[in-house]
Amino acid sequence: MPKITYITYDKQSHTVEVQNGLTVMEGAVQNDIPGIDADCGGGMACATCHVYVKEDWFNKLPKKEDGEEDMLDMAFEPKFNSRLSCQLIVSNELDGLVVDIPSKQT
Amino acid sequence: MIKTDALIIGAGPTGLFTAHQLKLIGLDCEVVDNLDKIGGQCIELYPDKPIYDIPAVPECTGEELTNNLIKQLKPFDIKFHLGERVDEVKKDNGNWIVKTNNGKSFSTPNVIIAGGVGSFEPRKFPPKECEKFENKSLFYSVQDKKVFEGKTVSIFGGGDSALDWAVELSKISKVNLIHRRDEFRGAQATLNKVKELNSAGKINLSTKYQLVSVNGSNKIESIDIKNDDGETKNLKTDYVLGFFGLIMQLGPIANWGLNIDKKTIEVDTEKFETNQKGIYAVGDICKYPGKLKLILSGFHEGALAARACFKLARPNEKYRFEFTTSSKTIKDRLGIKGD
Repeated sequence: MPKITYITYDKQSHTVEVQNGLTVMEGAVQNDIPGIDADCGGGMACATCHVYVKEDWFNKLPKKEDGEEDMLDMAFEPKFNSRLSCQLIVSNELDGLVVDIPSKQT
Repeated sequence: MIKTDALIIGAGPTGLFTAHQLKLIGLDCEVVDNLDKIGGQCIELYPDKPIYDIPAVPECTGEELTNNLIKQLKPFDIKFHLGERVDEVKKDNGNWIVKTNNGKSFSTPNVIIAGGVGSFEPRKFPPKECEKFENKSLFYSVQDKKVFEGKTVSIFGGGDSALDWAVELSKISKVNLIHRRDEFRGAQATLNKVKELNSAGKINLSTKYQLVSVNGSNKIESIDIKNDDGETKNLKTDYVLGFFGLIMQLGPIANWGLNIDKKTIEVDTEKFETNQKGIYAVGDICKYPGKLKLILSGFHEGALAARACFKLARPNEKYRFEFTTSSKTIKDRLGIKGD
């Protein structure tokens, strides 16, 4: 299974195995990784599963849909490498992905 | 003080159907919601998105579902208190005294929390110092545009609210419009107007910038904004407006002495009662073994919580289970004539 690393705001690193087909958001929620709220449950409607993707990974990911960029307008401190983790689907290509969790989701 | 058999907090699908169930068994209820409209997440987050798992409804949008639930409540006289947030719930002689942020108070034996993921609140600016200017020279909505007359207003956001207010206020104020990227998600016609006003020098547009700090002692004097390349600009401004949409916050519910785990309230599965007698939680906000965050689960939970309310609201009467197909009493309540 692909390994995904989540780095929380207090610099704690959590590496977990996430099944192919799940989202990076679901991987965090199922493994009790703090800092990803996912209030709307993956509907791209709330921007509370916001993460920063490590630069070398950012360009390898499938591009954002329009709705995702619109939601990111509402995220807490969005940056150029911001993504909504509910839109990142885990696959073998994403093995080793590292994401930083922002200080807050709202 | 408004007296009622049950107070429902939250006018989303679960709250609405719970109201229906209460009225059907002959109890009064009132509904409070922090949004200014009925429908909860269905209307605020996904009014146009189709839902496919409502029993016997193959497909409907959040808005259609809401409208049908409102229609189902039509036979009943239910008072909705919209745009009000419940701030306080306190015990008083066997009844709960519930107070809203607008100063309304209720006395009821039953409080049903159908609050979804909490109340919708405006999303706020990240810098800490914004708090001290909030509602004085920094706002997340406009109450009275006259205060901005002849002043400089800096508006943040890329949606319709930000664009509409930029256009509107440019008639009476000096407007800065700041957005984190070049693309806007507001209506194209308004965007064209903004660009026109920008060329005419009526709106000062800064894209790819975000707020880093707000400066001033009693009132805002200027703001610093920064772009992705790290360049900072200082803008003189009297007022700051932020339009980043709404976010759900558990808010005051956290202070009512309930067992809360990860923004959800623990309940039993007989009455959907919390650790406090007479306070129930139904829908997305409740938690029990096997809980599914589905609208249909909320309907079931509301139906059972309503029956539990009967015992506290009518302690001297015995609840009798009846079907809507056959009960004369229920048909009377629904205003259905004949058989």
